[in-house]
Amino acid sequence: MSMIEINPITRLEGHGNIKIFKDDNGNVDSAYLQIPELRGFEKFCMDRQCELMPQLTSSICGVCPIPHHLASIKTLDNVFNAPPPERAVAQRKLMHFGYFLEDHLLHFYFLGGPDLLLGPDCPPEKRNIIGIIEKYGKDVATEIMEHRRMGQDIIKILGGKAIHPAFGIPGGVSNAVTPKQLDDIEVMARSLVKFSQFSLSLYKQKIHEDEFYSTAVVSDEYSLDCYNMGIVNDKNQPDYYDGDIRITDAEGNEVIKFHPSEYLDHIGEAVEKFSYMKFPFYKKIGWKGLVESKDNGVYRVGPLGRYNATTGYSTPLADKEGKELEKTFGRPCNMTLAYHWIRLTEVLNVSEQLLELALDRDLVLEGDLRTPVNKVVGRGVGCIEAARGTLIHDYEVDQNGLMKDVNLIVPTTHNAAAISLSITKAAQKEIDQGVTDKDHMNRVELALRAYDPCFGCATH
Amino acid sequence: MSKGKIAFYWAGSCGGCEVSIVDLDEMLFEVLEHFDIVFWPCAMDIKYSNVEDMDDEEIDVCFFNGCIRNEENQAIAELLRKKSKIMIAFGSCSHLGGIPGLGNLSTKEEILEQVYKKSKSIYNEEGIYPSNSVDDHGNEIEIPSLREHVDALDDVVEVDYYIPGCPPPADVIKTALLTLISGNIPPRSEVLAPNRTVCHECKKEKRDIAVKEIKRVYQLDDIDPNRCLLEQGLLCMGPATREGCGAACPSANMPCTGCMGPPSADPQSENCEQGARMISAIASITDVVDEKNSEEEEIKAALDELRDPVGIMYMYSMPKSILKRRRRE
Repeated sequence: MSMIEINPITRLEGHGNIKIFKDDNGNVDSAYLQIPELRGFEKFCMDRQCELMPQLTSSICGVCPIPHHLASIKTLDNVFNAPPPERAVAQRKLMHFGYFLEDHLLHFYFLGGPDLLLGPDCPPEKRNIIGIIEKYGKDVATEIMEHRRMGQDIIKILGGKAIHPAFGIPGGVSNAVTPKQLDDIEVMARSLVKFSQFSLSLYKQKIHEDEFYSTAVVSDEYSLDCYNMGIVNDKNQPDYYDGDIRITDAEGNEVIKFHPSEYLDHIGEAVEKFSYMKFPFYKKIGWKGLVESKDNGVYRVGPLGRYNATTGYSTPLADKEGKELEKTFGRPCNMTLAYHWIRLTEVLNVSEQLLELALDRDLVLEGDLRTPVNKVVGRGVGCIEAARGTLIHDYEVDQNGLMKDVNLIVPTTHNAAAISLSITKAAQKEIDQGVTDKDHMNRVELALRAYDPCFGCATH
Repeated sequence: MSKGKIAFYWAGSCGGCEVSIVDLDEMLFEVLEHFDIVFWPCAMDIKYSNVEDMDDEEIDVCFFNGCIRNEENQAIAELLRKKSKIMIAFGSCSHLGGIPGLGNLSTKEEILEQVYKKSKSIYNEEGIYPSNSVDDHGNEIEIPSLREHVDALDDVVEVDYYIPGCPPPADVIKTALLTLISGNIPPRSEVLAPNRTVCHECKKEKRDIAVKEIKRVYQLDDIDPNRCLLEQGLLCMGPATREGCGAACPSANMPCTGCMGPPSADPQSENCEQGARMISAIASITDVVDEKNSEEEEIKAALDELRDPVGIMYMYSMPKSILKRRRRE
């Protein structure tokens, strides 16, 4: 028996390592994804003044601070029973869409994407954004940076800074875009629609020309049959800001649709000794440990989970792209590497939604920004789709506005079991019979990078 | 001239400091002209074993973000200190402990109990915590332990410079990088950021009027975007916080929460007491506290809505405060 370790796993947010145990024949016996970190937000947020929660929980993750900020403020809307005015919701959505685009593009060009854009066997020292600058040239690199920057700029316009902005007030927002800023956002949105299409064409070209990916994407080893989860609108299309939570099974059947405030009836979190990351599961089916089975309540969130838990996209270009996706991979699609294509389809979907919102000038520019807040109701649950999946905040607040209980279920945490299973399957395929060369080790990591994991965030 | 070598690392952190590097955009091209990046787990496939294989002081500058929360954070801090000529504490967590430093208001056991046993969605019938274990096949799996409390980086290794902020503002990073590229090395232990307060760069109007009572942000029906937030009764940390961010949060009509830490030349000095600075700022602006005749009751009433002074005034600097951490009973 021997152990090989990938430490740390790289090109993602947070810490982690993969321990692969092999038997005497060099075959993979078992593999573990271990997240070694915990900061303890669920404890140290207690006794804080509740209005600071959007700021405090934003720093759960510097890669996805906006969904934490917004889920937190949505939670406080409920704590105070102060539904925000439509104009305030529009400002929040502008910020959220800006974030979504920035975060998905960060993944495709800086984090997981280099595996595709440079090929799986690119030397490790080149397999990153610097390699992309070298291969695609400074002009393309500048385009990438400019379009990611647009997302950050929209956040900054509203929240003062792009990372950990200040913006949410229970029942509304502190700030709104000016007519001139909205003009700028409209120009950015048009450019982002085009850049999404460019990114999609780049993706397709790379997958089709690369022998490893075109085979791997459809292989059993890079697939996982499990449940799926995402927030939907009334047509069961993805809604990134608000809606009911829908769960489907591995065959695509709806098993439940519920209001986020009922999440405790449907989601539990298991604890395993080897990792600080908890393992959420669909309660009706239960937790059977790290096994792939329809009798195990493992589910996925994020682009692939959303695609499987929904039907079609709300905007024309994304819907057309979604149909092509469906023709190629089917729906449901249980292929882990399909995360990438779906993620870029969401970039297109959100760019189009950003443009629609920028053109709705009356909504964005006219009306109140806050609903007056009276007294604390007590408990509130807030839920939003982050780039990586469904994010749930749940607070209990006392009459003095102090936090008395905090429960957080974060996108990558929902994915904890699915990611672990994907790693084990990839390890079994790629490094059986004693193969340990570096390229094959990276092929294990690319199974987890497809999820765009955020592990500091997941353990919080 | 050969290129220098730089490294970026995160310990107990959120990744925001890494994104602040990515946000340098075109400036990154300039950095890459002068430096090779030899370690950056967020963006590059270089592993701990590659760092262990480096010569001592092979890295010219290491930008270290994140607090020291667990054993692994400390071990990597020690490794990178050994391998680096210059060690920079980058961002509020490594500088002062940061928001995770609020973990010092609880014991390690209380944190584990809340997260793995008490939280609402938990199913943990066996009552287990993450810990070293043996799986069904007999494989031994080790996991790093939480330390008893959170420390800033300079509590565990020597630090040469500090770049403050949550995350550090782009202009502050750019100036620091240009300084390093120029070779004009500043005095050791310096905080590489301007040394006045956020109020100096805040554009809001101050009328030097006294404040009757501190209010919560949701209790003000209207926040006047043009007037000093503190004078409107909000607990804005501006007077106790170093400038450099362009008063980012006040520009969005929200109070400063103090992420740049207090202004001072040396974070080890007693001036690094953000709460004490803020208390004196409140004393100087609050009507009743100024009055010798004021009744104790009146003072209490004015500060009634300041329900969690510790959490507010030390949101980013608990491990470096005079309080440091909760005392064990």
